[in-house]
Amino acid sequence: MAKVEVDAPPKGGFSFDLCRRNDMLSKKGVKPPSYLKTGTTIVGLIFQDGVILGADTRATEGPIVADKNCEKIHYMAPNIYCCGAGTAADTEAVTDTISSQLKLHRYHTGRESRVVTALTLLKSHLFRYQGHVSAALVLGGVDVTGPHLHTIYPHGSTDTLPFATMGSGSLAAMAVFESKYHEGLSKDEGVKLVCEAICSGIFNDLGSGSNVDICVITKGQKEYLRNHLSPNPRTYVSSKGYTFTKKTEVLLTKITPLKKLVDVIEGGDAMEE
Amino acid sequence: MTKQHQNWSPYDNNGGTCVAIAGADYCVVAADTRAVGCISPFTGAVRQKLGMLRVISHLGMFGGELSRADKSLMASSGFQADVRALQKVLAARHLIYQHQHNKQMSCPAMAQLLSNTLYYKRFFPYYAFNVLGGLDTEGKGCVFTYDAVGSYERVGYSSQGSGATLITPFLDNQLKSPSPLLLPAKDAVTPLSESEAIDLVKTCFASATERDIYTGDKLEIVVINADGIRREYMELRKD
Repeated sequence: MAKVEVDAPPKGGFSFDLCRRNDMLSKKGVKPPSYLKTGTTIVGLIFQDGVILGADTRATEGPIVADKNCEKIHYMAPNIYCCGAGTAADTEAVTDTISSQLKLHRYHTGRESRVVTALTLLKSHLFRYQGHVSAALVLGGVDVTGPHLHTIYPHGSTDTLPFATMGSGSLAAMAVFESKYHEGLSKDEGVKLVCEAICSGIFNDLGSGSNVDICVITKGQKEYLRNHLSPNPRTYVSSKGYTFTKKTEVLLTKITPLKKLVDVIEGGDAMEE
Repeated sequence: MTKQHQNWSPYDNNGGTCVAIAGADYCVVAADTRAVGCISPFTGAVRQKLGMLRVISHLGMFGGELSRADKSLMASSGFQADVRALQKVLAARHLIYQHQHNKQMSCPAMAQLLSNTLYYKRFFPYYAFNVLGGLDTEGKGCVFTYDAVGSYERVGYSSQGSGATLITPFLDNQLKSPSPLLLPAKDAVTPLSESEAIDLVKTCFASATERDIYTGDKLEIVVINADGIRREYMELRKD
């Protein structure tokens, strides 16, 4: 019976096949590989007509910038978006799976998704994996009950806030929000404040950089402003350009025909049945 | 009571990148001015910018202005506290030398002094990665490159610090120097003109800043040649 279970096709979820092997390897001193992290500044705030989300666009791998213009504001539902910080694979996978569950739920109920539904699905997924799914999220949207903004920590705890920041640049961004946020911001004021908070992260936190992405969600519509600001162009380009002509030098060329080394038998015996 | 802070270290890494290129009658030394630190030193979780530095020391009397008499320039990266301590020691030793001999120390002599100073702290090293550039006694450009404990070598060009892994292969491709094993010995200086070398340095830093998070803000370039010595700055990405 046990063998049948092993051979059964996977039904979904994670595969834990290599856990014991990896545990053995780490006891012998093998270091696990590092993952792509979005050392990040992500923010959100509630303004008079809805929610504004913002994110920088740098992805890092240790001290190296792996992607200079990645997208960190993920689609959840037509009226809900979610900013992700942490391991890039986790933020992407978790928002994709929950987005798909929300869509099925909309087909089932025939109603617009609510932000609390997304929140509950996200936090139960993250809590189930006890922080091993390292995604720190800022979830925002407008539904039938009004605008909502939440933060979700990798272990599954959540906050409900009028303005929120997450990621390695959260302190720099929160400093801006704490000094300038007030209730009843207009859309332009809100976008400006979000830009300023993200820029604070971009310029002061090393894990954050490049451009500013913005997503404005209001009742019944949304505006995704990809690369709303690009405050970091390259500062110097040589006027003459560079050539990379040197290549591996060929010292010796020798071709050995295969036919001289093996006997090729034409025809041969037919293979046994 | 349990032992606390067992991961404490006397060192920090404040990042930074240095490049030096020697030509027939000039030497270009450059470094970025960014300093980086942790806001929570025991986890090192969030690294932020600390501020701007002047990174190239001409080893004159305790940070005085550049002088025509200067023969050596030192650019350093690593732990800023150690870098400043090291530069202070060298400047003081240089001052004593000037009083005793009534002249400036030559660049190759300064190179040996730097090596000795680093090796003196072999078992509690200065966490500093240096390049020393200048003109030798014949007026030719020279660059000396170091590790943290004093091993050094005279080369035609060098890069040290956090962006060195990105810059060195590019310099190797553009300025491949002759093997030090060749007989008769070939000159290590690069064939570029002074303006070409400055252009190359600017490109190196603009590129390293694109991909290395510890490099950025501003580039300080100091050029030394027969006419004298001058300093210039270039903006780098600030994110």
